[in-house]
Amino acid sequence: MGGQELGITEILVIILYLLITAFLGWLGYRRTSTATDYLLAGRKAHPFIMALSYGATFISTSAIVGFGGVAGLFGMSLLWLTFCNIFVGIFIAFVFLGGPTRRLGHVLDAHTFPELLGRRYDSKAIQVTAGLIIFFFIPLYGAAVLIGGAEFVATQFGINYQLALLVFSVIVAAYVVAGGLKAVMYTDALQGCIMFLGMAVLLVFAYVNIGGITAGHKVLTGLSDLVPANLTAMGHQGFTATPLFGFGDGKYDLWWIVFSTIVLGVGIGVLAQPQLVVRFMTVQSKRELNRAVVTGGIFILFMTGVAFTVGALSNAYFAMHGKELTGKVVNMVDADKGHAVIQLMKQNEAGAWEEVAGKKAPVVISGKVATEAGELVKGRSISIVYASAGLPKPNPDQIIPTYIIAAMPKWFGLVFLLTLLSAAMSTLSSQFHTLGTAMGRDVYQQLTGNHERSVMITRIAIIIGLVIAVILGNYTRGGFIIARATAIFFGLCASAFLPAFICGLFSKRITRAGAMASMIAGFTVTAFWLVFVKAQEAGGIGLVQKVTGGKSSILADYPNWPVVDPLVAALPISFLTLVVVSLMTKKLSKEHVAKCFG
Amino acid sequence: MLGIEDKYVLLAYLLCVGSTVLCVVYGIINWNRGDDS
Repeated sequence: MGGQELGITEILVIILYLLITAFLGWLGYRRTSTATDYLLAGRKAHPFIMALSYGATFISTSAIVGFGGVAGLFGMSLLWLTFCNIFVGIFIAFVFLGGPTRRLGHVLDAHTFPELLGRRYDSKAIQVTAGLIIFFFIPLYGAAVLIGGAEFVATQFGINYQLALLVFSVIVAAYVVAGGLKAVMYTDALQGCIMFLGMAVLLVFAYVNIGGITAGHKVLTGLSDLVPANLTAMGHQGFTATPLFGFGDGKYDLWWIVFSTIVLGVGIGVLAQPQLVVRFMTVQSKRELNRAVVTGGIFILFMTGVAFTVGALSNAYFAMHGKELTGKVVNMVDADKGHAVIQLMKQNEAGAWEEVAGKKAPVVISGKVATEAGELVKGRSISIVYASAGLPKPNPDQIIPTYIIAAMPKWFGLVFLLTLLSAAMSTLSSQFHTLGTAMGRDVYQQLTGNHERSVMITRIAIIIGLVIAVILGNYTRGGFIIARATAIFFGLCASAFLPAFICGLFSKRITRAGAMASMIAGFTVTAFWLVFVKAQEAGGIGLVQKVTGGKSSILADYPNWPVVDPLVAALPISFLTLVVVSLMTKKLSKEHVAKCFG
Repeated sequence: MLGIEDKYVLLAYLLCVGSTVLCVVYGIINWNRGDDS
């Protein structure tokens, strides 16, 4: 269902964009002469560059296409995640964690996040363990970002999905392998500016299309009875309402999905993202971080705030201006408002109307059609119906691409392509820079003591990681996988790293054994939860069915537990382990503690 | 208010804007503070 041709103009603009990106990457490469340049951009990044780089790395196609699509399905309650992104991901991170991280990283001469943890606790084992966790799991997050970009390109320009996936990854590999963090940050800044402009235009059009802010929200509120029945059963109360809250009944499932996985998992997980923590070590002083807060706050509001708002508002747009669907009324939901559920019908080659097997849709009735099959109605539906047209099962990841094709001017398709290309490339470049250094510097160099070959190992690791991400991206489409894969990685980082990281910045009493035990506990509980408890992931992995004789979760008989995020259990256990083991084990030497906090 | 009846969603909407304003105000107030290089 290609929205527009990939013509000569589009190709020229994309080539121009890639040339400018390549030039900035080359500029970074030219100014990279030391390991500190390659790993930390020389520790002298400008606050504006640092903030845009942090924001552009944080926000990817995963946030715009993946979580935007989830907002199209679940509604505006996802704005709690935007609040967390700004308040926790920018304000708390920059004001309270950024300064101590920068200072500790500088004093200990740490160049990567695992190295920061390892040197803080004077432990190679901690550095290697953190490096291995990052190396093995960041490709999952990378796959989510790749899928987000490829879904849009495939939908907008009718290009083969696998080809789009491959092109994205090759472009990123080209400049990350060569350039190091300076190249990554220079290109991030350009990409951040493009993302900001693209999303600002999208926000204006989204509200203009539905009659303004208040009027648009009212239309959206009025669509609450068109929410699909399966979502209503999970507690969906409308696109401008919070899901039903409680515990112990299936009707509270949606609240736990939205608030435990999406809001908490990603909202808190951002604090322990290795590729973001490193950004704090690229500036010269706390003053640069204070200045970066301004750019960071505004940037994130225009990224996730716009994506989630537009995702939800797309329902109002389609209900007002979407293509008319025809069908037979099977349930009149509200006769006064003309809201009904219809069995979709289409005309066959002979002109006779026949049912589209298994396809029902909630609609706002706009007219009637007299046919030989009786009286049919015409009506407009909500986003997920249009986004899933022609697909075997609903795919929320298609909501934003479908909305862009339907609601935005044709020229915006190209602007949005550059926005998503920028969002994907800025995040992927940092992800794979982090993955490469985790293997090259944190694992290989620590285990072998060989400094000479670590850059080569870093580059080989980046290519291996990208290949894994492309394979994952090819086999895991659908079922809002973009948001789920992102939440898994963010949650894993929070559970494994956050207690040791935060306490390492502020407490002198945490021991080496406490930090290591906390990391292992956080990782183990998360892995166990994903394999045996969280139904959607556990069901996909398949091990739980063998243990329970066919169930998708060992807690399948206990409502809500199978949708609760691993973070809810893993993070408290990880914190508790850190404290208990630290109280029972040998403290770090006074000299080392003085070096860290002196 | 703003066409959103659910007070928690409205609160989230306003907090998004409020926390951005907080970031801007904090950054401006502390623009020249914190040189601990």
